[in-house]
Amino acid sequence: MAEIRIENAVKTFGKVVAVNQVSLTVHDQEFVVLLGPSGCGKTTLLRAVAGLGMVDSGRIMIGDRDVTYLPPKARDISMVFQGYAIFPHMNVFDNIAFGLRMKRTPKEEIARRVRESAELLHIEEFLERFPSQLSGGQRQRVAVARAIAVHSGVLLMDEPLSNLDALLRLRMRAELKRLLNEIRATTIYVTHDQIEALSMGDRIAVMRSGEILQFDSPTRVYDVPADRFVAGFIGTPPMNFLEGQVRRENGVPCVAIGDFMLAPIPEMYEELARRDGKPILVGIRAENMETLDAPAADALRVKVLVVEPLGSQNLLTIQIGSDVIKASTHPDFAVAANQDVWIRLPGDKIRWIDRETGRTIIPDLESLVSAS
Amino acid sequence: MSSTTTTQAAPVVRRVRVRDLPVEQQRAIRARQLRRAGTYVLAITIAVWIMLPIWLVGTLAFSTPADVRAYPKQAAPIPFSTDTMEFFLNARGVLPATRNSIVVALLTLTLSTAIAAPAGYAVARYFFRGRDAYRLGILAVRAFPIVILAVPLAVTFRNWGIFDRVYSVALMHTALTLPTTILVVSSVFASVPRELEEAAKVFGCNAFEAFLRVVMPLALPGIAASAIFTFVMSWNEVFAAVVLTLENRTLPALILYNLDKSGDPFKFAGGFFMLVPSLIFIFFMRRYLFNMWGQITK
Ligand SMILES: Nc1ncnc2c1ncn2[C@@H]1O[C@H](COP(=O)(O)OP(=O)(O)OP(=O)(O)O)[C@@H](O)[C@H]1O
Ligand SMILES: [Mg+2]
Repeated sequence: MAEIRIENAVKTFGKVVAVNQVSLTVHDQEFVVLLGPSGCGKTTLLRAVAGLGMVDSGRIMIGDRDVTYLPPKARDISMVFQGYAIFPHMNVFDNIAFGLRMKRTPKEEIARRVRESAELLHIEEFLERFPSQLSGGQRQRVAVARAIAVHSGVLLMDEPLSNLDALLRLRMRAELKRLLNEIRATTIYVTHDQIEALSMGDRIAVMRSGEILQFDSPTRVYDVPADRFVAGFIGTPPMNFLEGQVRRENGVPCVAIGDFMLAPIPEMYEELARRDGKPILVGIRAENMETLDAPAADALRVKVLVVEPLGSQNLLTIQIGSDVIKASTHPDFAVAANQDVWIRLPGDKIRWIDRETGRTIIPDLESLVSAS
Repeated sequence: MSSTTTTQAAPVVRRVRVRDLPVEQQRAIRARQLRRAGTYVLAITIAVWIMLPIWLVGTLAFSTPADVRAYPKQAAPIPFSTDTMEFFLNARGVLPATRNSIVVALLTLTLSTAIAAPAGYAVARYFFRGRDAYRLGILAVRAFPIVILAVPLAVTFRNWGIFDRVYSVALMHTALTLPTTILVVSSVFASVPRELEEAAKVFGCNAFEAFLRVVMPLALPGIAASAIFTFVMSWNEVFAAVVLTLENRTLPALILYNLDKSGDPFKFAGGFFMLVPSLIFIFFMRRYLFNMWGQITK
């Protein structure tokens, strides 16, 4: 059992609060991705779990043990450092074997595990080389191989595939995922790459300025972002935002975008009714809009600014009032710049965002962000 | 490789003549050649500047005593003779003094490095109260001229009963070399990335093991360099050695003592003899320094 439980962790560097009251529970054998912009505290949080740089306050539990004040070696962890940190005075074999040797693993077992990890990362032909004789991507793979070779209960990875070319990264993602399943490690995985986060994570924790904004499954994070930042951070293109205003029509709350009336789903009535007359942000993803080439009663007339054919889809840049948004259409949808089209916004795909707090208005929002 | 690549003819590599190239490229090549020539001229000048005295000392050390006394001095050891060197080595006190010098230098090297390694590591890695004052204090030792300290030191050593001992000279040399050694060693440790030490800890080392298995091997070339320096400093140090010894002279002290009493053969042979250990030591360590990991850090 290697559940990781972080409770109210705080870490400051002088005036900078790098990790601010973070609580996070990673279940045994779960794969959690930490996603967030540069400098948001991902590495700091990971290092706190590893026991490098103690937290100022809060607790860290691994399994049933309180490890807050234990040194790294007593935590049953291994780690891929953002800067690789492979030992320049050892060849690749010795680097990968380092953790195993420290655990006094039998020789044959070491050789077997080193070979296994090296093969997984496609570096088996470099075992005799020294790090200075490797490319950046090869070094990074040595760092990953070293971390997985020890088969620790907890695996902490700080952007482990960031330096690989797209093709290799794609392949490695799948292979890494398979291996992690096999060795049953509880994993925290830091990345900038959203595709990596969405495709690999059992759950994703989105961070900003030292805080966790949302901790949820990839589909939920993508579909129901907890706030404006998450919505704008995740997805390519990110979620579109439109300025709207809550109105009441025939006793039913609805949202006006210019003259156009959006009809929310009935579950939202109560929340929206409370904001009657106030401005609100309407969030919708590019692929959730329906684009029509003829007027329809429930469709909004808009102007196309740019058409970007992307092969599997056409990405339209559209002007609505003062807002510019992106909509994706089927590649066969014939449209040119400066033409008018009509878009339909399905009520169940719209996310309503409070203008003041930036939080998504969802009846059960609290269950989304609770870190368990 | 696939068969298509093997059937292709190997491309013929032809040497391109500089004057067939475009003008800008010609100019770039010329400029590069000029720069390189400049570097060589500078390097050769510096090398000659250093080598010339060594060469002269070496030449005269291996000429006959008669040639050594002659004037002007000759530029090459012809006829070659070991008489001068033999004369020097057989002179009274030279061999024991040599032994003393070696013992002192090795003791100094050991003591100085053994103290400087942990001290340098602490200065490099830990923030502690008074760290900057400590650094300054280290340097302050160097600021004290030994001439001022000499008499009190001799008296103190005499009172403690450690006057005229080989190891007391080594103690003095340790004190003299420590400041530099600590500063050099601490900058060596500072150049070892902290992340490597942390990686060692993550993979099962305690602080001491991480130091031993990762930091130390990476710092070793730099520490070796500072050890060479310590050795040479001690080997050449004369003032403290003269003040603190009477019978158990180190080599420089002995030579200095005999300088005005002896002729040119003794001086040149002595000079050459003093040079040799430093040269050997540096030569040996230099290879070690540069060949160790190819590259010290990433
Ligand atoms: N040793 C340190 N001393 C002072 N400030 C630090 C230190 N380490 C990190 N910080 C600060 O803490 C904040 C979080 O840093 P951290 O390295 O955790 O970011 P990150 O999310 O890993 O970023 P990136 O994606 O760029 O790696 C940053 O503002 C950074 O400047
Ligand atoms: Mg980071």
